[in-house]
Amino acid sequence: MATISYIPEYAAPETYLNTRHTVASWLLTKDHKRIAILFMVSITVLFAVGGTAAVIMRLQLLTPHSTLVEAETYNKLFTLHGIVMVFFFLVPSIPATLGNFLVPLMIGARDLAFPRINLLSWYLYITGASLTITCLILGGADTGWTFYTPYSSSFSNTHVVLAITGVFIAGFSSILTGLNFIVTIHKMRCPGMTWFRLPLFIWSMYATSIIFVLATPVLAITLALVCLERILGVGIFDPNLGGDPILFQHLFWFYSHPAVYIMILPGLGVISELVTCYSRKAPFGYSFIAMASLAIAILGFLVWAHHMFIAGISIYGGIVFSILSFMVAIPSAIKVFNWTATLYKGSIQLDTPMLYALGFIGLFTIGGLTGLFLATLGIDMHVHDTYFVIAHFHYIMVGGAVMAYMGGLHFWWPKITGKLYPEWWGRIAALILFFGFNLTFFPQFLLGYLGMPRRYYAYAPEFQVYNVMSTAGASILAVGYLLPLGYLLWSLRWGRTAGPNPFKAAGLEWTTASPPPPDNFEETPVAGEPYNYHEMDFSDV
Amino acid sequence: MSDLVAHQFDDLEQQTEADTLGMWTFLATEVLFFGGMICGYCVYRLLYFPAWHEGSLIVDNFRWLGVSSGAWNTAVLLTSSLTVAMGVRAAKMGDNQFLAKMLVLTLLLGIAFLAIKAAEYTHEYHEGVVPGYSLFHPDEEISGDLRQAAANSQIAENTLRHEFQLFWVFYFFMTGVHALHMVIGVGLFTYLLIEARRGRFTPKKHAPVEIMGLYWHFVDLVWIFLLPLLYLVR
Repeated sequence: MATISYIPEYAAPETYLNTRHTVASWLLTKDHKRIAILFMVSITVLFAVGGTAAVIMRLQLLTPHSTLVEAETYNKLFTLHGIVMVFFFLVPSIPATLGNFLVPLMIGARDLAFPRINLLSWYLYITGASLTITCLILGGADTGWTFYTPYSSSFSNTHVVLAITGVFIAGFSSILTGLNFIVTIHKMRCPGMTWFRLPLFIWSMYATSIIFVLATPVLAITLALVCLERILGVGIFDPNLGGDPILFQHLFWFYSHPAVYIMILPGLGVISELVTCYSRKAPFGYSFIAMASLAIAILGFLVWAHHMFIAGISIYGGIVFSILSFMVAIPSAIKVFNWTATLYKGSIQLDTPMLYALGFIGLFTIGGLTGLFLATLGIDMHVHDTYFVIAHFHYIMVGGAVMAYMGGLHFWWPKITGKLYPEWWGRIAALILFFGFNLTFFPQFLLGYLGMPRRYYAYAPEFQVYNVMSTAGASILAVGYLLPLGYLLWSLRWGRTAGPNPFKAAGLEWTTASPPPPDNFEETPVAGEPYNYHEMDFSDV
Repeated sequence: MSDLVAHQFDDLEQQTEADTLGMWTFLATEVLFFGGMICGYCVYRLLYFPAWHEGSLIVDNFRWLGVSSGAWNTAVLLTSSLTVAMGVRAAKMGDNQFLAKMLVLTLLLGIAFLAIKAAEYTHEYHEGVVPGYSLFHPDEEISGDLRQAAANSQIAENTLRHEFQLFWVFYFFMTGVHALHMVIGVGLFTYLLIEARRGRFTPKKHAPVEIMGLYWHFVDLVWIFLLPLLYLVR
């Protein structure tokens, strides 16, 4: 066949997706965009695991004395749900996927500063997740995701060490991601990209990274001490052996409260991008929104003991931590007010990402305001360890962080895959999620206020009606999660080709091809003013 | 673009700055890592003064030529920081031979530190204070000094024993994690030594030495905190 010398062929432009196809080219990739996809697939699997545990719990709670699972199994289920959702879904969700993908693109860099460390971060995550799954297969742990001592160290007969080791290793994954982002944002911005031209998403990533780097090591050391206590039988946190369980709680919440902001700050960043794009306006008070992210990160380090108001800390300590917790409301409210002011006189377009963004603003406000209830010493006495707390943090974590993740995923889906998601299905799914979420968790505020404690497998019969509502909501929520899984995968093959900037959004990531070439930009971009929507032409939208 | 510069960077300067900032950020993590331990240590030191006083006495009674092993180790480690600093200067001037010499000295001093620490650990094992020791020697009697301390402070003997053991948990944990950092440092310096012997460092490319230097100085600095907390405070 030597006569055929030239086959005319349509040459598809080289993108990060089609540049190589082998399995090794994915598992050994140093491209931040591919690593983002590796994380995306992994956290989706873990989300399914954590979600399944939640579904079984909600089914158990359909009736007051259900025998679907035993008490011990129920304890293991909520522990699994907590550990997986907190450490293996929410913490890495936006930073390791959208953040990983977008940080270099948004600041006009070719990659993160340390691509190998980025890959290492994924392997650490996978190792931690595998240990946690192994723990689940061997029978699970029953300590709750908080690993409170002395139960976790001296009494529990489950696989606590395995679970803790998994979380410990995943912690280093977070630290490395944070380190990578900080260095990248400091040193790799393209010409013209000054600090106050950074997209607000980058500011929130920066604030999140600070928490990753400064809070996670304290969790690591605390969990290492718990393991030591369990293995050697010494009493670091066991009062029978001279230890102080309150010290454990201080050290644990020194990480785990800032970790709450690890989970919500990236969401706040995503919403800032969505609200500006879909109201075609620059954000109202850019620098206030940016600085509010940093303020939340810093204040987040000073409020940890509000988890311990009834654990025996002094009343003066309680008052100080109560006041500091109230102060977090200030930067949070600044953000909500500024988003709302951005909407004012904007040309609002109710596409799927915007539906998520608007849902987020409402749910985040409810979650934030009920946080003020909990920061109040007297009310916290009443509702501590009840479903009120569960409802509060699910409004922030699911209504906030997960809604933002879903919104961001839809918004940047064309950039990541080059394909458009089906808009009609997207809107339907967003509405189903919003409705299902509220039906699941709003009754839990009432349940908690009426006195139903968290973490019990059975309850008094008068609580049943709210529990039935909640379980019904959870099943709607499940549909809301399965729908996007279906149509997003469908769009990979059958979705319309997106083009570089299908939503007419501002930002450097929209100036390159979708999906981007391996080095992100054909030539190094030069950044101008961010959010220049007033200069853009929307006549064809 | 030369092959010294990774593809994501524009030039060597940007790469060096990024690498250095990366190490500083990592050290910030490390500060909090050790900070958690030191916080726990301080809490128990204040809570359980009499028992921890007995612990400090034992830590400090391992001596050579009349000087506590803690002091020896401090001298060894500070000297190693000096040799590292001289090595970094040599790397900046592209003097690979002198750098290699300094790295060998650093390695020897690092290993000397670990050897002294190992001797201390052996001594403490024979004193029966290693956490978990009681798992293997359940019938061990409470030692005379501790009984005396219990009598003086009017704390029940068994309680004092638990508190005393807590001191050793923190002692071994803090020095152990520090020693682990030393071992990692020794490994990385061995790698640098091989590179220096191959003449890899030039005035333009010396960032790895400088960054490893930062790490080593940090590990040194941690010891400067551990020494007063574990050896000097009574």
